[in-house]
Amino acid sequence: MAVLTYRDALTQALREELQRDDRVFLMGEEVAQYNGAYKVSKGLLDEFGPMRIVDTPITELGFAGVGVGAAMVGLRPIVEFMTWNFALLALDEVVNAAAKTFYMSGGQFKMPMVFRGPNGAALQLAAQHSQAWESWLAHIPGLKVLTPGTPADAKGLLKSAIRDDNPVVFLEGEMLYNTKGEVPEGEHIVPIGVAELKREGDHCSVITHGKMVLVAMRVADDLAKEGINIDVVDLRTVRPIDVEAISRSVQKTNRAVVLEEGWEICGMGSQVVDFIQRECFDDLDAPVLRVHQEDVPMPYAKNLERAAKPDAGKTIAAIKKVMYLD
Amino acid sequence: MATKVVMEALSPTMEEGRLVKWSKNEGDQIKSGDVLAEVETDKAVMELVARGDGVLRKRLANEGDASPVGTLLAVIAAPDENIDSIVGSAAGAAAPAAAPAQPAPTAQADKAAEPAATPAAAETKEAAATSSVPRSPSQSQGEASTPPPQRTAGPAPGAPPRPAPPAPPRAPSAPAPPRGNGSSRPPAPQAGGRQRTSPLARRLATEKGIQLGGIQGTGPGGRIVKRDIENAKATGGAAARSAAADRLATEGDFKDVPLTQIRKTIAKRLAESSGPIPTFFLTAEFDATRAAELRTQLAEMGDQYKVSFNDIVIKGVALALAEHPEVNAHWLGDKIRYFNRIHVAMAVAVEDGLITPVLFDADRMTLWDISGKARDLAKRARERKLTPEEYTGATFTVSNLGMFGIDQFTAIINPPEAGILAIGGVEEKPVVIDGQLEVRQRMRVTMSCDHRAIDGATGAKFLQTVRGFIENPLSLII
Repeated sequence: MAVLTYRDALTQALREELQRDDRVFLMGEEVAQYNGAYKVSKGLLDEFGPMRIVDTPITELGFAGVGVGAAMVGLRPIVEFMTWNFALLALDEVVNAAAKTFYMSGGQFKMPMVFRGPNGAALQLAAQHSQAWESWLAHIPGLKVLTPGTPADAKGLLKSAIRDDNPVVFLEGEMLYNTKGEVPEGEHIVPIGVAELKREGDHCSVITHGKMVLVAMRVADDLAKEGINIDVVDLRTVRPIDVEAISRSVQKTNRAVVLEEGWEICGMGSQVVDFIQRECFDDLDAPVLRVHQEDVPMPYAKNLERAAKPDAGKTIAAIKKVMYLD
Repeated sequence: MATKVVMEALSPTMEEGRLVKWSKNEGDQIKSGDVLAEVETDKAVMELVARGDGVLRKRLANEGDASPVGTLLAVIAAPDENIDSIVGSAAGAAAPAAAPAQPAPTAQADKAAEPAATPAAAETKEAAATSSVPRSPSQSQGEASTPPPQRTAGPAPGAPPRPAPPAPPRAPSAPAPPRGNGSSRPPAPQAGGRQRTSPLARRLATEKGIQLGGIQGTGPGGRIVKRDIENAKATGGAAARSAAADRLATEGDFKDVPLTQIRKTIAKRLAESSGPIPTFFLTAEFDATRAAELRTQLAEMGDQYKVSFNDIVIKGVALALAEHPEVNAHWLGDKIRYFNRIHVAMAVAVEDGLITPVLFDADRMTLWDISGKARDLAKRARERKLTPEEYTGATFTVSNLGMFGIDQFTAIINPPEAGILAIGGVEEKPVVIDGQLEVRQRMRVTMSCDHRAIDGATGAKFLQTVRGFIENPLSLII
């Protein structure tokens, strides 16, 4: 199997879907001539031309709306946001138009479109450009929200997203683009709404998604040296959430830590903990703990930024706490 | 990581234990499972084992001290680990005893200077500083009486604390309020009057038939967690009940018969008339001449064949129970449980009381098996060396005071068992047999029956069968 970067896996998915279905097109800031701000669309303008790979002005609300209209008349747009921080300007189109049109038209208009781009913090991009939005978006009925953490999932889920007839929010990561992993060639589809047990252990469940999957895997390696074996449940999709996969794991380990990139209050972890207390009450030997960004705007200073982010150390401490080891 | 050694509930009913002897000294290297001390419970002398690895850093109880279950007895930790807070919290818990209660702010100034108040004050200050962070077990002992605000919304451990919440109404420098009567018992499980138990631990305890009341939780705030249930099974303690329950509750080993209306009415009316257990007594005199002859003959064959009257009676009772399962029963309030297996307990007098070790499956033991086992159990009972599993789980009890020169007595039923047989001494008496006066060895037995489960005729038939075995003792050997 080929080893690809997360970035190349996305490019491969885009290329294959653009080839497979000529209703699919990509638009966004710098996606065409500049090959994408993060080079995800590299080479696509040359291959598919300016009708399918479309540069837009710096008008998030505008081109998101164009995407909604295109989807309503039968095209399958992929709208790239340079980052999800900029997508705040387009949220009316995402939340009020894309997510609701199928419902409010009585099913007359499908909304087969994808909103994609990097989400969450990179390094020292400061408070306005270091935010993880998945819990905002997962809050909205009518949207599907995908958060691949590995190159293989990035490819497989993007293909599923493009083929889905509903508006799909696809959250990538600047810090993920250069990560590498084995990616199946060709028709590799990861179904929406299905979590994956990325590591198996009996002692504790770590439930996570997106970029934090890498942290969880590192934690699993570190703890294995101490004889602690954890389940790493990668949700992959945060709406809809694979509750069954969570329950299966927690019922086995009797304890859980929920790890996410975003803030604590009303974060994805809040929802996961709710599922756990409902589905696994009699299986719990300890309260479920959460690891997340500190409840502050992301600091710019390097040391403070590091202290504010969720990381392996905090995750290990939480795991030991729910195992009553500290 | 430091491990706190606490007085554990080593028997189902234990509330307090006396530390008989330390088996390890301060500074000794300890591995989990090592015996740390011998502890005298209400029933026996048991071993207290280590639940963690490290060095025995501090012993907090002296030999001979009696401590309530849960009291911190010692600390196991790494050689260089700071255990002041753990040892200090034990001192803090004891502080109110030394410094009488005075939470009133006006008294604060004088009291703050008192050394006894210092550990508690330090603890409280720490609580204020980290109040939104879930606290570690070693800190948690004092938590129940000083719940920090926002316990449910704590950020991840290791995270810097949030801005300190407004000071709690109780001034931080005030010593912890007095707990109970100022005993050194850790306050956690008692503070709210409610034992904290993880949902999983609660479920496992139910599944295994373990009573949570006898278990000391090792989680934060004294919470009973999964490992406590597992340890309870391993160490006896509350698990004795479970082992006994397992033994008695094996599927197919008994038959539960719901009470019929007439049975219910009999139970209710008789209980009203005669106290919680409406007991009646059946007395019979057995001819033990042949049993005595058998004993003599066996003794002549050699020491290994020797048996006592008690052994003969137990064997006879066990075989009779096999023929009368309606007597081999427990009264369980809403039903009567008839056992298929026969576990006969024998009352053994020990200093300050008595204990009833059990001969399991006594009907299947040979007379010599019973003899050897009974002697061993009695000896160890007097030495207080029985494990809880050895004195719980009986289906019927035999009590013998013959060796004390008692002709006849009535024994008190050990609930939920439905009957008990009291054995008097064997003595020579003149009796009329076929019109002739003869001197025979006679033995008087009295059976106490729980009338709710056993009726007069039922008990009488059972005694008749016992008589048959005792008076024809060869039947006990073949």
